[in-house]
Amino acid sequence: MATIIETSKTPFTTVPVDPITLDIIENALRNARAEMDEVLFRTALSPGIREQHDEFPLIADPSGKMVVGQFGLSVPDFLDNFSGTVGEGDILLTSDPYACGAAISHANDWLIVLPIFHSGRVVGWSSMFGHMADVGGKTPSSMPTDAHTIFEEGVIIPPFKLYSAGELNETALDIILNQVRKPDWNRADLNGLVAACTTASRRIVELCDRFGVDVYLSALDALLDRNYQAMKVLLAMLFVDGETIEFSDFICDDGCGYGPYELTIELTRHGEKIHLDFSKAAPQAVGPINYFINENLVRMFFGIYVITVADPQILWNDGFYPLIDVTIPEDSFWKPRYPAALNGRNHGIGRVFDLFGGLLGKNNPEILNAAGFSSSPHFMYSGHYDGGARDGEWFQLYSIGFGGIPGRPMGDGPDGHSLWPSFVNIPCEYLESYYPLRIERWETVTDTGGAGLHRGGNGVDVAYYFEEPGTIAIHDDRWLTYPWGVNGGKPGARGKKWIVRASGEVEVLASKIHEVPVGRGDVLHFVTWGGGGWGDPLTREPELVGLEVRRGLVSTEGARIGYGIVCDADGVVDSSASEAARSEMSAARGEIAVFDKGPSIEKILERCEAETGLPAPRPPVNVRKAVRA
Amino acid sequence: MRYRLGVDVGGTFTDVLLLEETTGTTFRAKTPSTPADQSVGVLNGIDKVCSKAGIEPSEIDQVLHGTTVATNAILQGRGARVGLVTTDGFRQVLQIARSYVPGGLAGWIIWPKPEPLAALENTVEVVGRLAADGSEVTALDENQARGQLRRLAGAGIEALTISLINSYANDAHEKKIAEWAADELPGIPISISSQVLPEMREYERTLTTVANSYVQPEVSRYVRNLDNSLQDRGIKAPLSILRSDGGLVQSAKASEAPVSLLLSGPAGGVTGAVWFAEQAGFSDFLTFDMGGTSTDVALVLGGQPRIGRETKVGDLAVRATSVDVRTVGAGGGSIAHVPELTRALRVGPQSAGADPGPAAYGKGGTDPTVTDANVVLGYLPASLAGGEVDLDADASRTAVATIAEAIGLAGPEEAASGIVDIVNENMFGALRLVSVQQGYDPRDFALVSFGGAGPLHANALGRLTGSWPVIVPPSPGVLCAYGDATTCLRDEAARTMVRAFSDIDDGELRTALAELAEAASERLSAEGVPADQQTATYQVDLRYQGQGFEIPVDLDASALDSGELLSTLGSAFDAEHQRLFSFLLKNEREVINLRVTVSGPRPEVAFQPLEDGGDDPSAALITTNDVWMDGQYAKAGIYDRSKLLAGNVVTGPAVITEMDSTTLVLSGHTATVHRSACLLINPVGTDDTHRTTRLQES
Repeated sequence: MATIIETSKTPFTTVPVDPITLDIIENALRNARAEMDEVLFRTALSPGIREQHDEFPLIADPSGKMVVGQFGLSVPDFLDNFSGTVGEGDILLTSDPYACGAAISHANDWLIVLPIFHSGRVVGWSSMFGHMADVGGKTPSSMPTDAHTIFEEGVIIPPFKLYSAGELNETALDIILNQVRKPDWNRADLNGLVAACTTASRRIVELCDRFGVDVYLSALDALLDRNYQAMKVLLAMLFVDGETIEFSDFICDDGCGYGPYELTIELTRHGEKIHLDFSKAAPQAVGPINYFINENLVRMFFGIYVITVADPQILWNDGFYPLIDVTIPEDSFWKPRYPAALNGRNHGIGRVFDLFGGLLGKNNPEILNAAGFSSSPHFMYSGHYDGGARDGEWFQLYSIGFGGIPGRPMGDGPDGHSLWPSFVNIPCEYLESYYPLRIERWETVTDTGGAGLHRGGNGVDVAYYFEEPGTIAIHDDRWLTYPWGVNGGKPGARGKKWIVRASGEVEVLASKIHEVPVGRGDVLHFVTWGGGGWGDPLTREPELVGLEVRRGLVSTEGARIGYGIVCDADGVVDSSASEAARSEMSAARGEIAVFDKGPSIEKILERCEAETGLPAPRPPVNVRKAVRA
Repeated sequence: MRYRLGVDVGGTFTDVLLLEETTGTTFRAKTPSTPADQSVGVLNGIDKVCSKAGIEPSEIDQVLHGTTVATNAILQGRGARVGLVTTDGFRQVLQIARSYVPGGLAGWIIWPKPEPLAALENTVEVVGRLAADGSEVTALDENQARGQLRRLAGAGIEALTISLINSYANDAHEKKIAEWAADELPGIPISISSQVLPEMREYERTLTTVANSYVQPEVSRYVRNLDNSLQDRGIKAPLSILRSDGGLVQSAKASEAPVSLLLSGPAGGVTGAVWFAEQAGFSDFLTFDMGGTSTDVALVLGGQPRIGRETKVGDLAVRATSVDVRTVGAGGGSIAHVPELTRALRVGPQSAGADPGPAAYGKGGTDPTVTDANVVLGYLPASLAGGEVDLDADASRTAVATIAEAIGLAGPEEAASGIVDIVNENMFGALRLVSVQQGYDPRDFALVSFGGAGPLHANALGRLTGSWPVIVPPSPGVLCAYGDATTCLRDEAARTMVRAFSDIDDGELRTALAELAEAASERLSAEGVPADQQTATYQVDLRYQGQGFEIPVDLDASALDSGELLSTLGSAFDAEHQRLFSFLLKNEREVINLRVTVSGPRPEVAFQPLEDGGDDPSAALITTNDVWMDGQYAKAGIYDRSKLLAGNVVTGPAVITEMDSTTLVLSGHTATVHRSACLLINPVGTDDTHRTTRLQES
């Protein structure tokens, strides 16, 4: 437990805050948070943060409750696990999920926390973590897909003072940076994180100067309460008292040959509170896909779904946490035992959102979206230039791919877009001028979005032509199970990866794999998942189906099978043939279920090798008895 | 006598300003805009102003024009049907875009994705590939390419964009296809990405070029019509159009690169503000242009508006040089509402627009707007001196009372001042974007306010930003026309050149910059500006190797031949990086883009000072009204601006009215009338010192 050093003992006084001041402070907090992003994006060096924005800021009140941000309450868990003093000018750093109560969930995320002081008292905290492209360990980018322990995943930084009273601990930083492959990236990204947090700190001090500390802090209490009150209303509206609902989904495999991992969440409303129960969880995984999650993060993820659907303008915060009880079992997929490997937890994060989406929409089909988040698929390529002007120089790429956005109540899911906030793709021309590769094709794949009244977005095929020998690594999921459709919408297509070797030979790759050697002229096809469809596809406007055929987003066959639309390659619809096809399909299918997850898991496993070219994974086992795959 | 005519077409009114250069005499006219054909309103205005001045239209020497035709084509979806040619494998470049979904963690649930400006069915791929260094990987296939172009011909496209991968490094393939397209698609205007935006990043370059194609037919048509109508009216003067960066371009050239006109409107306001602030003796200031639905802000340093590289129109972020204007959806028509769930007071972004407009307009609007709040508080007198609309104060009160009720405030006055405070805060947020967030302290700047609603809120914004004085130019509504009339012809050339400092030397960089300068200069000469009257300014985008954002660094012409070009650039970059982010890196620096802007001479326009009248403003006092300020009613003098004389000091609370705007002076502040006819608002007790230091500096 950290000891906070404050030079003033004057207690804070709760004062009334008029509603206008409250709204002004809310707005100022929103601006400060946006400014944190801006500062980091513009100064970071690693493509992951700089081009793709893999980072998350927050500003908290003196007790550590998040008042603005989006990846939850890291501060109290962090301080509980830190046994030193924290005073003015101190800036803390950690990358150890096990030492901060899972405030971060893998060692690539470096977390900065700093206290905000005003007249000798702590008036809040600013914090931000960012994904470092490399933190050492046995593979480039530090995410070995076969890791069994966190020790294989690079340098693990325990919580410590990177700055003490404004003074940088250069020795410690040098020791840390000595462990990583691209120290200049880490240094710049870390500088950016610190600059973003100190910027936020300045803004909060300005607010305290402008309104007075007591008004500022009382306003934070009121903003937290605003979320509490709003959530109370929403929970009562969305869930039936006493009723338990549950929803299940899968992570396809763990990188070590085991899977699928079934994950279930149960939700029960008890009066004004709800209980989220993760007890029916898959066991701790053998491979590195465990998603070590913190109860508060669960509350936040759940809350953001509920609130975004109801009032997108609200500045949401931790205020509603007391309304949500969370149970997560020890030694499970969600709370693996130290020192379990954690690097590939991105699939689990994606699946949490699919689970909440299904759970929330189960009794409220009008706010139900299809799946899915799939993952945030990673692609890595590294090696040494072999010959030429840069002979012997090390290159290392880490990039995130995107797939189909699910069909939504408001309309179609966009093709090849990001479900993650603020993520963007790295332009082809940027990649080609900084890395020895060429992109031969970058387009969405016809028919991969699930059919629906609102079509799921298509997945993407990026074909990388390698110009230098090296190795590649891939992290993805949803290659085995389907992104489900809802309210009559069909599932989206699964992702797949393969290499066409320079020799012409074709090699199917697993969705989680590393250290795959590639040579000059080899071409990797990195194909992501399609979004599930929303609503009855037989009610989609025939002309729109025709237009999408003309656009090449849907094929004539896809139009026929998915939508019951008969048309030619130019999308000209044959109305009478279409009507006939639709009524025949309508008669044949019977009752429409809320969820369409595709074939049963047994069927999927049975057909696995034939359909995907990959062997079916073995059922998950008790990790402490498993032999290394 | 030399007459310059500035014309600004707004959504509601067309403002015309006739300026006689040698004496500085001005004549103004305001006529209703004619959206169906804007040139009709323009000609009406010209007739009106000429008859006021007692001259024939043929005596006009130059017509200078800011236009929103290009912007409106995009906002209203009235642009051309664009065909797009991409590299094989990249047909969906606009469909995939940057894969970015705005909003927070669940933002994708509620995001309406805009349709691309060039439809996917009108996009074709050509075989042929260049590498990042410009070398050819695969040659073009003429038959294949022509076949694709014929497909587009069959689809009835009205404009064509050619945008190929890596064309910023080598334009040969794009040029070749343009030749074939001229054959296959005769008469169709062609935009080539390597000409419109020769910069890395395929999506941004394609989008910008497509935007150029999209607005081109509409802009050419408009410019041609206007040119013809002007000639029919006997005006032989050349027509120039205001570009987004505040420079002018001759009408024929404007139709070639219309994407550079997207912010022509706001740029006019900023250049007008520069003109008046200079007359009042200020060169560092923020601009604050508040209209009915939105507010534009910008920063001017040393008399130069900060120039940005991105132009936002609706959902689109186009890469084109423009005055760095930030826009927030806050204006007089912004609607106040209280969501049931949170009982928070929100103002905007929904707007009542012009129809039905605020409740006070009596056109059937019942939603409480910012204008209604100002009416309730007494800041907008119900009947204005020379005003064209009578305001319905009761309707405003009724509308605003609903807000008081929903939040539980004592009365309409409390709700109204809440609405004003919140909208001020939103605009303060925008001003922070261009100042604090760019490393500038707003307290080192003045604040120039214009637009129909700006001067009502300017004093309060000055208090929030600490930017003094607040400057309200005369006739804030025709400021854009002033800007049009007082700026210069300009041209620009740019290219991407990605090179680490260790891979380039002074000589090579100097040659590249000189080539760009020559290209821009030649074009400007062709527009009739002699080479010896041209001024070139140089800009290089730099970053630390590996960073994703460039910082533009301005370069003095003298640095070019100093023999220390790279080291000068390097230290200027470090200084900017330190200012923006408060740290430096040891990484190598690299050059990314080069840009040269060549400008003609600024017109020397004389100025007619306002007559001196001492500090007593009572001759302009119309009446005294009750206004709600600082939580209570107070007596405020209502003044007629047209009767105020230089040196008059109006003490707040006070309201100063004129035909197209109303200025509010808060209690504890004074407005001093400057010889330039600008009002200078300062907090009581600080005005004189502030003004003196600034005047000494300038």
